[in-house]
Formats: sequence, structure tokens, C-alpha cells
Amino acid sequence: MNLSRPARIALRIAAGLGFAVIYVPLTLVLVNSFNIDRSSGWPPAGLTLNWWEQAWHSNGARAALWTSVKAALGATGISLVLGTLLAFAVQRYRFFGRESISFLVVLPIALPGIVTGVALNTAFRAVLEPFGVGLGMFTVVVGHATFCVVVVFNNVIARLRRTALSFEEAAADLGADTFQIFRDITFPLVRSALVAGALLSFALSFDEIVVTTFTAGPGVQTLPIWVFSNMTRPAQAPVVNVVAAVLVLLSVLPIYLAQRLSSDTAGTSRI
Amino acid sequence: MEGTAIRLQSLRKSFAEVDAVAGVDLEIRDGEFFSMLGPSGSGKTTVLRLIAGFESPTSGTIELAGRDVTRLAPFERDVNTVFQDYALFPHMTLEQNVAYGLKVRKVAKAERIERAREALRDVRLEGYGNRRPSQLSGGQRQRVALARALVNRPKVLLLDEPLGALDLKLREEMQVELKELQRDVGITFVFVTHDQEEALTMSDRIAVFNRGRIEQVGTPAEVYEHPATPFVAGFVGTSNLLTGESAEKVVGSPGTYSIRPEKIRLAQAPADADAGVGSDHSTAVGTVADVVYLGDSTRFLVDLDTGGRLTAVQQNLDTSSADVDAFRGSRVRLHWHRRHNFLVE
Repeated sequence: MNLSRPARIALRIAAGLGFAVIYVPLTLVLVNSFNIDRSSGWPPAGLTLNWWEQAWHSNGARAALWTSVKAALGATGISLVLGTLLAFAVQRYRFFGRESISFLVVLPIALPGIVTGVALNTAFRAVLEPFGVGLGMFTVVVGHATFCVVVVFNNVIARLRRTALSFEEAAADLGADTFQIFRDITFPLVRSALVAGALLSFALSFDEIVVTTFTAGPGVQTLPIWVFSNMTRPAQAPVVNVVAAVLVLLSVLPIYLAQRLSSDTAGTSRI
Repeated sequence: MEGTAIRLQSLRKSFAEVDAVAGVDLEIRDGEFFSMLGPSGSGKTTVLRLIAGFESPTSGTIELAGRDVTRLAPFERDVNTVFQDYALFPHMTLEQNVAYGLKVRKVAKAERIERAREALRDVRLEGYGNRRPSQLSGGQRQRVALARALVNRPKVLLLDEPLGALDLKLREEMQVELKELQRDVGITFVFVTHDQEEALTMSDRIAVFNRGRIEQVGTPAEVYEHPATPFVAGFVGTSNLLTGESAEKVVGSPGTYSIRPEKIRLAQAPADADAGVGSDHSTAVGTVADVVYLGDSTRFLVDLDTGGRLTAVQQNLDTSSADVDAFRGSRVRLHWHRRHNFLVE
């Protein structure tokens, strides 16, 4: 497409502004984590590793990090199993209500977190508490899984759509039974989609705060909740900056990997 | 050994309301190159998939070498398939692809590697074992698909339009290669195609499919020269039918007749009318509506005075494109031996 020179310049400025809005604040957080001055600001008064050391020794931050990892692993595990099963059912079989199931599975990712949070909170307290199960790690994991299932489901179903059924027929034709077909053909072909789905699911769960707030109860503090409750305390502000900086760096890796795996079509084209 | 490789009896397959296969009876002999020819949607591929076991029939039975396999899974049947899209496993090397059938049948590793290499050598892909399917051309993939099926030494090889994705030149080469391969290995080939020329050149026998049924089974010569139905006459070769009043006047009796275009001779009319034409010939007079110069031959479309249109093909033995063009719009007389009139209905 040929654009006029002014249009090209205008679009470049717009794109530049867009990226600036997203990435300048992130850079500021990163820089401020080294800022000698306790209150974040620009330009930094001087550089120090002090806050990083303090964050490293902060028990609250560490416990919260571990809680978040456990919650994300749990939610991802549930999502992998349920999301994969759902994707196979919807893609490979024709049954009554198939379209509705597909819709109902994807809906939670679009629901506002506050709605999911309130709904789950009410449901958990009404249904689980009589059985002695209070809000805690379990309810956080279940809450996160409701929307993490979607990303696994979407990744796997997209892969299945692009994977010709004739691969499995060819394996059956060559003498493979159902289990061998899954082990040798189906699973290797969807494996990278599973990894991509798991990484996205982990990332989604890891930084979730709204649903977590409603499902965690008082005893469970995930990293986002810890950050949120500490950022307004002057004493903790620099440590929050460090935690945020670490989270930025940690997020880059799974997203980068997930993108590469989803766009990797070498293993999926009809050959 | 002149046994029966495949026997289909009253085979039916319905999808929802549609009968994809509407009652097929067929016997395919051992060692035969058998083609199932028909337009898309005629049921030929469904019959192939029923034989392979990917679909189960609504009713009817399938026997392989005398054994009823109607209810058996694909992996319990001694047939192998070459798929239209080849279905080579993208995450495996060529050697792994070819050896896969041996692996799941628990052939020892050393033996299966040796046999896979041998199979790749047989299809002229020696030394390609470590490549991936994505690194191959269409023709090479086709040959790997063949090797992967044949390495298992099946009793029957099923081929689902395996040449459809290749360009014309490669397709013609593969036709010859496939035929030679089949003669060498002596395995029964069941070959699905919609290309009548492909079926005629390669097959020992052909079944012509239409609307889920078989219209005719016969050798290429039988199917081409003695079409049993108007559909066969039209689908195999150029449709050249005389019907109704025109048939009655030209042939002498009512019905629908098929006449192959290359059997019809053409002369300027009426100057040399009846010259050298015996009473054992049918004749018709008409006007040349169009002339199609094909290089080695010319196709004349002639509107008959009695109604209807016949196509006549003449070899360009002494004529050039300018000569044949002069025929356009001129009055001609067609004649052919009576034995080339085939009553098809």
C-alpha cells in the first residue's frame, strides 16, 4: 500500500506515541528500582542496589511470590487438562450443544474480573463453607482456572483445526492403535500449542488481582495483592518498584516463548 | 494366483440423509491394477475409505482375501493407503515415516531401519532418510507416501487420487512409474481417480462410479469402446451421443447411441457423396459449427441436418491448421462403420 509522505509520518508518530505510553512507565519503574531517593521521581537522584537487596530479604514479598507461583501452577494444571479435553471434544466430535459449549468456555475471558470475582465469592461461601472449606489457595486456583482454561482451549483448538485428520488416519492405516496414535502422532502435533497455552495461562494467573481479591480470603496473599497493598506505604515503595521490575523481566520470557510457539507452523501444515 | 483380493456385497453408506454409496457389489482380483473412476461425489472415495476402515458401512459386507473385515478397525486390516494429501507425519524424518508401520507392528529396530532404507531406495529417494517432509517437492512426497505404505507389504494398496496434486508432466511420469511399480511388487492396487485418461492408461480393469453406484466394470477397452450407459459414454472419452429421431434416421433404429469421435470420418459434401462408403457404414450430413485445432489432430463439431451434434476427430496426417480452418461453416458428410454404433440406452 502506498501512503503519502505526511500520512506516513503521522502514522509513525502515532505508533511511537502508543509504544511510549506503554513502555516509558515500565522503564521508569525499572530505573526507580535503582533510585537512591525513597520517593520515585525523575530524574533519579543517584543509583543504588540497596532496594534490590532489601527486596531479596523481604519475607512478605517472598511468601507472596511463592503463593503466586503455586496458584499459577495449580490453575495452569487444571486448565491444561480441561482445556485440552474440551478442545478435542469440540473439534473432533459432532454432538448436540457443541456450539454452545464452545461459546460458554470462551466467555469467561471476556467477563469483567469483578463479575467473576463477586459471583465466585458468593458461590464459594454458599456452597463450600458449609463443608468446612473456606476461601483460600484452593478457591484462588479454581477462580483463576475459569479464565485460564480459555487460553489453553483456544491454542489447542486452533492447532487441531490446522492439523489434518488424515495424519491420524494414516497412523491407523499403518497399524497403530488408538493409544499409539495419540502418543506418536496427535500429542507431538499439539505439544507446542499446549506449551504456549500453559505459558499464557501461567502469566494470566500470575498477575491476576481482581478475581484473586474476591476468592483469596484473608490468609492468602499473592504477589499482585502484596504489591497493591504495599505501594502506598512510603517505607515499602522502593521495594515495590523492585518487585515490579522483576515481574516485568519475568513476563518477557513466557510471552516471547508463547508467541514463537504459536506462530510455529512447521509442525502443523498439511503435508 | 487368481484369487479374490476384495469382495464388496450390497455396500451402502449414508451420511445424514445422503447415500454416498448406494449399493455396490464388486470383486477385485489378486494382483490387479483396479481403478475406481467417477466425478467428485460419486462415492468412489467413500468406497475406498470403507475398504480401509476409516468409515463403517451402513449395511453390506467387505471381505479381504476371503475374510470378513466389515467391522474391523483400520489397524486390523491388511491394507495400506496412499492419501490424497499424502499425510506424511511432519514431525518425523522420512525414515521414521516409512518405518512407522513396522515400528507399531513390533519389527526389530535393525530390520525396520534396513527395510525403510530399502523402500526409500525403491522409490529413488536413497539418502533422503534424515530429511523432513516439508523439505520435499510434491513428487517426492508422493513417492515417500508410496514407500511408507509398501514397506509393510500389504495385500492391497489403496490410492486416493495420489496424482491429483502434481502438475501435468510429473503426473504423466508418475503414471508410468506407478504402473511399473505395481507390476514389480505384484500387489493389488485400488486406484481412485476422476481422470478418465489416467484410469484408461494405468488400469487392468475400471469401475465407473456415478451417484453412489457402479455403472460399469470392465477393461479400459471395454469401458471405452462398449460403454454400458449414457453416463459412461459421456464420462469416459468425449460425449458423442445420437438420440431420438436423429438416431432413428442415421442408425436406422431408435435408441441412444454412442459413437467415438475418432471412429467418424469426414468428407466434403456433397461432391464426393457416397464415394467409397459401403452399405455397412452409417452416414450423416451436416454443417461444421466449429473447428478445434489440437496439433496432432483436429476436432470438428458438426451440427447434423437430422438434429443433434457429433464430434469427429481427424489425425492431421496431411492437413495443417489453415487447411482445417477452411472447413468452418462448410457442409460435410460423416460416415463410420456400423459396428461403432453402441446402443447405450
